[in-house]
Amino acid sequence: MSEISITLLRFGFLILLWALVLAAIAVLRADLYGTRVTTRGRGREARRSDARGDKVASPSRSATGIRTGSISTRDKTAAHLAVTTGSLKGTTIPLGSAPILVGRSPTCTLVIDDDYCSAKHCRIFPEDGGWMVEDLGSTNGTFLDNQRVDDPMPFKRGDKLRLGATTVELRG
Amino acid sequence: MATVAELQVRAGRRAELGLLAVSWAIIVLARALVDYHADVLVLAELGWYALATGALMGGAHLLMRRYAANADPVLLPAVFALNGVGLAMIRRLDFAYAQYEGRDTSFGTTQIGWSIAGVALAMSVIFLLRDHRKLRRFTYTAGIVGLVLYLLPLVPGLGVEINGARIWISVLGRSLQPGEFAKIAMVVFFAGYLVTNRDTLTLAGPKFLGLRFPRPRDMGPLLVVWAAALLLMVYERDLGASLLFFGIFLGMLYVATQRISWVITGLALFAFGAVVAGIVFPHVRARYDGWLHALDADVYSSGTSYQLVGGMFGMASGGLFGTGLGEGRPDLVPYAESDFIIASLGEELGLTGLMAILALYLIIVQRAFRMSIGVRDGFGKLLAAGLGFALALQVFIVVGGVTRVIPLTGLTTPWLAYGGSSMLANWIVVGLLLRISDQARRSAQEVGP
Repeated sequence: MSEISITLLRFGFLILLWALVLAAIAVLRADLYGTRVTTRGRGREARRSDARGDKVASPSRSATGIRTGSISTRDKTAAHLAVTTGSLKGTTIPLGSAPILVGRSPTCTLVIDDDYCSAKHCRIFPEDGGWMVEDLGSTNGTFLDNQRVDDPMPFKRGDKLRLGATTVELRG
Repeated sequence: MATVAELQVRAGRRAELGLLAVSWAIIVLARALVDYHADVLVLAELGWYALATGALMGGAHLLMRRYAANADPVLLPAVFALNGVGLAMIRRLDFAYAQYEGRDTSFGTTQIGWSIAGVALAMSVIFLLRDHRKLRRFTYTAGIVGLVLYLLPLVPGLGVEINGARIWISVLGRSLQPGEFAKIAMVVFFAGYLVTNRDTLTLAGPKFLGLRFPRPRDMGPLLVVWAAALLLMVYERDLGASLLFFGIFLGMLYVATQRISWVITGLALFAFGAVVAGIVFPHVRARYDGWLHALDADVYSSGTSYQLVGGMFGMASGGLFGTGLGEGRPDLVPYAESDFIIASLGEELGLTGLMAILALYLIIVQRAFRMSIGVRDGFGKLLAAGLGFALALQVFIVVGGVTRVIPLTGLTTPWLAYGGSSMLANWIVVGLLLRISDQARRSAQEVGP
């Protein structure tokens, strides 16, 4: 074998070793990064508003960096939830027709990084044209205007919902 | 709308197969380079070697598919690669000894046998032990077995003294190091004992200097086993193993109780012991001298730091990319195939190759800690964390010793270094880790996000 091919094999061996290391890390990426963010239905929304000639509020990345799209700070006309205290202060979520989960679990709609919140803390859902809030068995409780939420309670505009160190207000 | 999904835990058998293919290529290429530079490259022979390793790895993979389908996908490929690189280096040293010193050694062939036996042992652990929690029943048995194994080298007629350390026994003409197996038994004992008693150890007991100390009756059995094993090892002059054992004990105690006071007490005791040992035992003082004053002319010429300095010069001549497998002179260092295999690899693969090898160890240790988080039962958590920490500490002691970060102590580099007992014991550890990870990842799949 020629000198050059031996040198190539020599470096090829080192490359192969690192290939194994990097491939192993690639296999482990699920464990290393934990969650995956997928934007769902963005294409459809964008198409619809393009047809109407509206300007779409571009999805802004929230302070936690977890979520894009669903939390918009632009749309003030529709009913929306506004976080007034806590780590997510200033964030708003537009309310559509789907129920909203609030809690620490990354699968929730509003993910709150707060030690006093439970993984799935409470649920806000539409009923008879209004909104209701129910506690999902949280450890530290959900309070609607300083009254503990045990059974589902109506959540009216201007009401303040407190969970852990976070206060959420229904607006619009 | 955006959704945040927790990534699903995949069984990962296909990923394992892919990674195994890469390790297989590493193993075969290493052997080919070594044989080429020793002018003994016969393609047919290399083909047989490739076939045999492929069959062994494929067999192990099929067994995993059948009996531990959710086990961690990166453990097996990483360990196979380390083992294969070690085999190539040991074979290469055989050729060098024959060429330069006229010594006829067959470390390489012997080690291949041990590796195959090791893989078989790991697979039988997976086959026979379907649930790692069964081991918890043998908590005290494991403690006693561990002590007996540590005692064996002291039995007259059975124990053999080599290079001033009495840690080998001779069985059927082969020398074995029972301490390697005792290590596993001790981890099982600590895990079983601590999982039962951790609450009493953490919460009950007098407070002193702001730190809470456990009651003697809770701590008693643990201390007795620990002190007996440590004394035995000091008596057998096995410095590396006693350091490792002390560290495992401390690490597992910390994992079980989360008390930083343990670590402080343990490190203080250790510092005290290290200073006293340096004053009392001449062989310990010699190690300190060889470490702190390795390059002093009189220390070097007295032979105390000869091996260490040789290894350092070897690694320096390797540089960033190494001399290439089979092109350096790692054989100049005594015990280049066992204690100093890290220096040999550093010379021929360079910093780049050595870092890849250390990264493989890092991945294995990370997997052990990860499965310890994932598994549900406390015993499994402690067992996985203990085995992972033992591995990490062992690699640190060996590599730290060879690179002159800490004093040099004789310990084997897991899966790389020449030595049958170490090979078998470390493959048993792989088997146990695979079994625990199977449980951990299976439960993660059942629950889902």
